[in-house]
Amino acid sequence: MPQTSREEREGPRTLAVRVWRGREEGGFREYRVPAQANQTVLDVVTWIQRELDPTLAYRFACRVGMCGSCAMTVNGRARWTCRTHVSRVAGPEGRLELRPLANLPVIRDLAADMTPFFDKWAKARGRFQPKDAPDGAVPEEFHVVPPASRQRREADAGIECIGCGVCYASCDVVSWNPDYLGPAALNRAWTLVNDVRDGAQAERLAAVAGDAGCHSCHSTQSCTEHCPKQLDPSAAIAGLKRRLFWDTLLGRRA
Amino acid sequence: MRAMTSVRGQVHLWVAQRVTAMLLAVAVTVHLVTIILAVRGGLTAADILGRLRGHEGWLAFYAVFALAAGLHGAIGLRNIAAEMLGWRGRGFDLAWLGIGLLTAAFGIRAAWGLYAA
Repeated sequence: MPQTSREEREGPRTLAVRVWRGREEGGFREYRVPAQANQTVLDVVTWIQRELDPTLAYRFACRVGMCGSCAMTVNGRARWTCRTHVSRVAGPEGRLELRPLANLPVIRDLAADMTPFFDKWAKARGRFQPKDAPDGAVPEEFHVVPPASRQRREADAGIECIGCGVCYASCDVVSWNPDYLGPAALNRAWTLVNDVRDGAQAERLAAVAGDAGCHSCHSTQSCTEHCPKQLDPSAAIAGLKRRLFWDTLLGRRA
Repeated sequence: MRAMTSVRGQVHLWVAQRVTAMLLAVAVTVHLVTIILAVRGGLTAADILGRLRGHEGWLAFYAVFALAAGLHGAIGLRNIAAEMLGWRGRGFDLAWLGIGLLTAAFGIRAAWGLYAA
């Protein structure tokens, strides 16, 4: 019978965790963290902050994959840390390297500044605007939206976004063009383009068009590959392109 | 601040690239099949002139082909230059459009030369 090391059978006893400390300029500091049988990357970060170094800055809230606060770069890949088990990513030697999310300014240590990310949601007009009531009153027309309708299914496909920024940090186009709106904002826009109750369609399509919008996407699908909610922002962006292609070609744009 | 091509202009460039891609998909296929069929008996200038001289259909085909290729290539290079070199703005866009149309003009002139030879 082949001999297996204790590490291979049970995993490592301690984890070697390199953590980014500082702002844009900074460096890694290594911490030794006791390995547990069942442990998330967020558990590891919390343990470091509570037991080893209370000055470590990071962000989290719900711990159950709902709020989108705790995303970081784990061993080179953007992930939601509260739902990422160490055993899946640390390898047999128990190594972790944690950085803040890429493509965003660093506030400190593992906390990225999400301001550009959410500003772009606003720029892409990612806010529902009722059709009949620009003043915020209850609309007179009551829309019945059949859940099985094509448009509602398109909207539902992207509606569960928690705004964690993993797609944005994984997107090559964002790294090449800082003005690019990014997968999450465009995915949000596509859900609203398919919302029959929304009254800002022309403005939204104008906001997501062009070099800073959907037309810069190369469809390399890092966003879709890395989305922890298994959404498909790449398909949403393709939908926006398709819509704008025919609208432009047929002169349907105002 | 650099003057940017309007968003509408950017979308038109994108649409032009997609439409030219569709044309090229057909044109390149026709072109390759023609080459393969034409060289089976050897390639001579007389063969080429015999096929193209005075033939409006081939002239129209190669004119559309050259226009699509010139525009498609230039718009693609524009996008690469914007991403890799940061060459963005209205001045660059007009230059790329000029390069595309110039490239197309060379191709169309060649097609015309064979038609009118």
